[in-house]
Amino acid sequence: MIGTLAKAAPYVGYVYPNETDIPWSVLIVIYPYITGLVAGAFIVSSLYHVFGMSQFKPVARFALLTAVSFMFFVPMPLLFHLGNPQRAFNAVLTPHWTSAMSAFSYVAGFYVCLLLLEIWFAFRADIVALAKTKAGLAGRIYRLLSLGSDDVSSRALAIDHRFATALAIIGIPSAGGLHGYVGFLFGSVKAREWWSSDLMPIIFLLSAIVSGIGLLVVLYVAYSKARKVPADESVLMGLAKTLWAFLLVVLLIEGLELLEMFYKRLEGIDAVQRLIEGPIRYGMLLQWGCSVGVLVLLSVLILAKVRGRLLVVGMTVAGIAMMIGVLAMRWNVVIGGQELSKTTKGLLTYYPEILGHEGLLAVAIIFLCPFVVLWLITRFLSPWEPEAGKEVSS
Amino acid sequence: MDHQDEEKKPKAENALRRNFLRAVGVGAACAGAWVSKTLPAKSLADETPIPDIPGYDWRKHKWAFGVDATRCIGCLRCVEACKAENGVARDAHHFRTWVERYVYLQGDDQAHVDSQSEPGNIAASGSEQAFRFDNRYQNAPVEKAFFVPKLCNHCTHPACVQVCPTGATYQTKDGVVLIDHSYCIGCQYCVQACPYGAREFNHAMGVTDKCTWCYHRITKGLQPACVEVCPVEARVFGDRNDPESPISRFIKNNRVSVLKPYTGNAPNVFYVGIDKEVS
Repeated sequence: MIGTLAKAAPYVGYVYPNETDIPWSVLIVIYPYITGLVAGAFIVSSLYHVFGMSQFKPVARFALLTAVSFMFFVPMPLLFHLGNPQRAFNAVLTPHWTSAMSAFSYVAGFYVCLLLLEIWFAFRADIVALAKTKAGLAGRIYRLLSLGSDDVSSRALAIDHRFATALAIIGIPSAGGLHGYVGFLFGSVKAREWWSSDLMPIIFLLSAIVSGIGLLVVLYVAYSKARKVPADESVLMGLAKTLWAFLLVVLLIEGLELLEMFYKRLEGIDAVQRLIEGPIRYGMLLQWGCSVGVLVLLSVLILAKVRGRLLVVGMTVAGIAMMIGVLAMRWNVVIGGQELSKTTKGLLTYYPEILGHEGLLAVAIIFLCPFVVLWLITRFLSPWEPEAGKEVSS
Repeated sequence: MDHQDEEKKPKAENALRRNFLRAVGVGAACAGAWVSKTLPAKSLADETPIPDIPGYDWRKHKWAFGVDATRCIGCLRCVEACKAENGVARDAHHFRTWVERYVYLQGDDQAHVDSQSEPGNIAASGSEQAFRFDNRYQNAPVEKAFFVPKLCNHCTHPACVQVCPTGATYQTKDGVVLIDHSYCIGCQYCVQACPYGAREFNHAMGVTDKCTWCYHRITKGLQPACVEVCPVEARVFGDRNDPESPISRFIKNNRVSVLKPYTGNAPNVFYVGIDKEVS
């Protein structure tokens, strides 16, 4: 239980008295951010599994493990935020279906199952091989994971591949649904000037994809370095082109939405303008600066057909910048929406706590968890092709 | 924070909730038997069990609230009464009702707006637990000024109820929007969804809170605390099913408006004497 209000938000102008207690903290910034990373990583694996883009084959399985590692921690910030987390299952047992939020556990639960199934099919041959060769506890775990199957004939492997493809095909609309849902959660709140937009789901979805690709680039480069193998240039160039295409669409839609908003100048637009020039100005600078910067950088990398170390460095910078830009976007939406008073006569400023269960430290720890889990999973199930360098670690 | 109030209220509400939940259980069983005997099948879905409140039938009332802003003198007794009656946190960030002051100075196009929770007014009252408006406009060239009491609008189409993931907040048959504190998970989606800023978070209990129109009083034939203490009858409450009730006459005899009608929430707090800037 929380006890008392940690920190009331300072404000200018007139805000409703209750608004100084900002309802959704930085935890709810990180929630759509983590969800988005999942969607993006998954899309990359689907580009190989469904669309047959073979340049992504080396990272397809890694992308799946990345997606599931982050997916495990999607509910974490939500649980930290609830006033009564022990009652979280009320929303599962008695979902109130007019609420978008009541679908969360079902959408997320379905998606986790789907990811786990797809991973099982993608890794089954490896698991069977490991179950046969490993002894002791590890061997027992692999045998358990193989679920009694040991057929690695080419016919069985072809069936595995078909299942993985089918699951990936179901997975694409599911990933879209998962993140479109998050966008709907915000876009459907008509009380909030800065959220209420029909374009919110699509903006969330597309920005999710670019952030996830960014994450995958960074992780892929880091893992290559750790494995002491050169990062595959065709993977990086493929990711560069994919990121470029999605990023262009995000920027166009976000830009057009702002343009329409300011062209129409409906009631409340002055307040929106003050919000952009005020509490979220640095966030907006980061979001737009990173996005446009990455688009330019990628254009140069693609046009100049950059290769080698320069490509690795360029893509790492692009990946990190993309992740920062989308994180800033999540902040601008989630926090910005609440900093704009429902009176449209005032602006609040949210200052996150450092410690405390809704503080920056908690957020940092939650965000680190998926990286640790991913590292553990890749130790246990290597997603890399054997010829790419190292043997399966034990 | 006033511990006595804090503790008293949850207990009272717990009893109400227990009774209500018991009624839901018993009512569901009885309603099933009764409905199958007496009613055509299509009414089944409409038949919500009647809460077990002695002498009260929620199907027989349709509550509504009126605010005559031309009468309000900004004394803030309503705010004080509400905090005491409902055990609302005694700070400047949690209110079930509040009062806004709108002041137009000569030559100004836009109003200067503040409420009792604004720092200047807290300095004037000396504490977050006492309420008064300061005298900042004493020597200013005021052209027009008025007070506007605010509270939950108990909307006909409440966005807060729509977004609640568990159904912990719900609409009663008599037109009141309530929260089941034993079922609320504390996600605060309803706080976001309310266009009027009427919902606040009860940090002690980890649940959302808001004005209930003093449901524990009105179901006993009493007036809401804020209406009871208003010295100028700026607040009006009653049953719209009764054409002679104060609220029915208030709506009949005045040209009333509601706040933010464009949200589609269809509020049930009706205002007289508010200005275009009031939202």
